[in-house]
Amino acid sequence: MTDITASSAASAPNRERIKASLRRRQAAETRFRAFGIGSVLIAVGFVVFLFSTILHDGLPAFWQPVVTVDVFFDPEIIEVDPKPEPLEGQSAAEFQRASLDWQRQVTMVNWNRIIQNSVAREAPDVELSAREIQALIESNERYRLRDMFVVSPGLLGSTVPLELLASANVDVWLKGDIDRSLGNDRQQLPEATRILADRFYEDGRIRMAFASTLFTNTDSRNAPAEAGLLGAFIGSLYMMLIVIVLAVPIGVASAIYLEEFAPKNKITDLIEVNINNLAAVPSIVFGLLGAAVFINYFQLPLSAPLVGGLVLTLMTLPTVIIATRAALRAVPPSLRQAALGLGASKSQAVFHHVLPVTYPGILTATIIGVAQAIGETAPLLLIGMNAFVTTLPTTPLDQSTALPVQIFLWEGNENRNYFEPKTAAAIIILLAVMLVLNAIAIILRSRFERRA
Amino acid sequence: MMFNAPESQKMNTNAAPVAIADPKKVDLPTGFKTVRTPDPEPRPVRVHADDVCVFYGSKQALFDVSIDIPEKAVTAFIGPSGCGKSTFLRCLNRMNDTIEGARVEGKITLDGEDLYDPKLDVVELRARIGMVFQKPNPFPKTIFENVAYGPRIHGLARSKTDLEQIVVESLKKASLFNEVKDRLHEVGTGLSGGQQQRLCIARAIAVSPEVILMDEPCSALDPIATAKIEELIDELRANYTIVIVTHSMQQAARVSQRTAFFHLGILVEEGPTEMMFTSPAEKRTQDYITGRFG
Ligand SMILES: Nc1ncnc2c1ncn2[C@@H]1O[C@H](COP(=O)(O)OP(=O)(O)OP(=O)(O)O)[C@@H](O)[C@H]1O
Ligand SMILES: [Mg+2]
Repeated sequence: MTDITASSAASAPNRERIKASLRRRQAAETRFRAFGIGSVLIAVGFVVFLFSTILHDGLPAFWQPVVTVDVFFDPEIIEVDPKPEPLEGQSAAEFQRASLDWQRQVTMVNWNRIIQNSVAREAPDVELSAREIQALIESNERYRLRDMFVVSPGLLGSTVPLELLASANVDVWLKGDIDRSLGNDRQQLPEATRILADRFYEDGRIRMAFASTLFTNTDSRNAPAEAGLLGAFIGSLYMMLIVIVLAVPIGVASAIYLEEFAPKNKITDLIEVNINNLAAVPSIVFGLLGAAVFINYFQLPLSAPLVGGLVLTLMTLPTVIIATRAALRAVPPSLRQAALGLGASKSQAVFHHVLPVTYPGILTATIIGVAQAIGETAPLLLIGMNAFVTTLPTTPLDQSTALPVQIFLWEGNENRNYFEPKTAAAIIILLAVMLVLNAIAIILRSRFERRA
Repeated sequence: MMFNAPESQKMNTNAAPVAIADPKKVDLPTGFKTVRTPDPEPRPVRVHADDVCVFYGSKQALFDVSIDIPEKAVTAFIGPSGCGKSTFLRCLNRMNDTIEGARVEGKITLDGEDLYDPKLDVVELRARIGMVFQKPNPFPKTIFENVAYGPRIHGLARSKTDLEQIVVESLKKASLFNEVKDRLHEVGTGLSGGQQQRLCIARAIAVSPEVILMDEPCSALDPIATAKIEELIDELRANYTIVIVTHSMQQAARVSQRTAFFHLGILVEEGPTEMMFTSPAEKRTQDYITGRFG
């Protein structure tokens, strides 16, 4: 009895102390929570700001003005022979030569004149010089007319309503990307063209169409309105494939060997330290290395996605190795023991039991590594991938750029008014590629986790 | 991993007591001899260990352990925590090979065959000497796959039906079949702890080992699951040589025919279970069994 009273008497001050400390602890908790929420809000704020500016700047570039023109294939301007047909008794080579001759004739036609005349017919009441009209339409559209005519020479003498791409300067003017109140001498378009564009836009002859050229064309300088990302995209795709094909098997295999099989000694310690250091090497150094080794020593071509892919592989390898080793290390030893205790060999234990558990981790690391590689610009500049390339690369040895390099190039284009939104649009596309990659990572990861 | 170590290292083992965790507590006589009491009617010996010493790095965990493990009987290893029971058990199927820095000296034979012969394949050895671990560790695969894995890697089944038969038989022997027969293709990690442990036993049995090593197989289980496993061990005794590590004196008394008492890395005493629990020869055994230390 006395015991109980004694202990409760002793516990009273204890309870006071606990209460006091409780208040302190709660205050600390609240403080930490507020701090956490604050940091999350700041981070989210930055992300929202970033995305909204990029979307705000870039989305309009996905639409570009097209001019509906009734194009008259004027026989007085298109003075060419009838298209040759294969004749009896004519060899294939002869026919080929005749066809080429004819096509040369067609190319010599002044297609710009056709466009100028057709546009002028749309606005008969305005006095326009050829130059003023020409400024309205993207210069490369003449090739479109030529190609149409080569395919169907029957168009001669007929009038066809066509949607011709407006020039980049018209795009800038109509979207208000240039100060409309600037004086004539500081405008990119002649005054008459500006008035014509406004008038066409009002009466619906110019409409904003989806800029599919962004996805179907390569970069272009003389026809900026047609400049697209396809070449850069394919270059990036090649590099991504090379990185996946090389970095993943090599990285995963070295990680497995180092983690599961290699003896632990000075040499493997040294290797480990070096791998960790490599992961921290600035990417531009890998570019220097690539230039020295692949281009100077192995004489691989400049600007080739193959070289870019190899450089990015070197850059991605440490990431893959480190992530895979971490994933392997996280596998409980009891799993290895279970397999070994049953008489599985070391490699059976690793490949049948340990590795499958790590797939989600390895996969995520790989995709993050690849995404990083795709977004990399600096090392590619050193191996000449910032070249101006207008052809689609058909093999990884052809000249090409990459998405982020294309962004870099467009950002530096002297036609700033036009290329600033276009650059933002390219950034949106690059981000979309990243998002897709990350989504794939998440989907595959959850699928693997469900199976395990 | 070193075996048949050079003389210099052999010498080390004689200076043993100095390396022990707390040499002040028990003054070990150098060259301590294990007290042995043979069975009244001797059983044939399956596994024979001779002067086994184990080192973890520079720290010695076992000192000159010699023991005969009889066939078709259960041998229990008892002793306070950290005395080296698991270490010795792992020597018997060379699982110490998988531990970084572990080194075994001495001689262990299975049916007269040296287990540490460099020409011997550990894979084959572990198929002959199976192991059940303290913590249930089923593979994160289906129940069927868990049991089928051993027979599959060792090529024990000639056909698919053969394999199915082995799996069912093993699950039955581990008295788990009735509980899981409707969900053989669900993951093994979804079972209860006791079921998982019986699954691990079934998995070990499936490769038809000659010797089964069990390291505290019931330490994570409730009394009912424990009783089931003890029953199982008793049944398995008819066909297998079993070694079990346990902290429960009652369990050792119930399931084993012979008992070995370890203390501070030394095999203090071994003999028939009945005798060990009624009239041990060593005072330390007596003290441990009656719960005076441990
Ligand atoms: N992997 C290891 N590395 C280093 N020392 C170890 C290792 N495993 C065990 N030891 C040491 O060896 C000694 C014996 O350990 P062991 O695990 O064999 O004891 P045990 O008798 O099984 O104990 P318990 O009953 O607690 O399982 C202990 O002092 C322990 O610290
Ligand atoms: Mg143990």
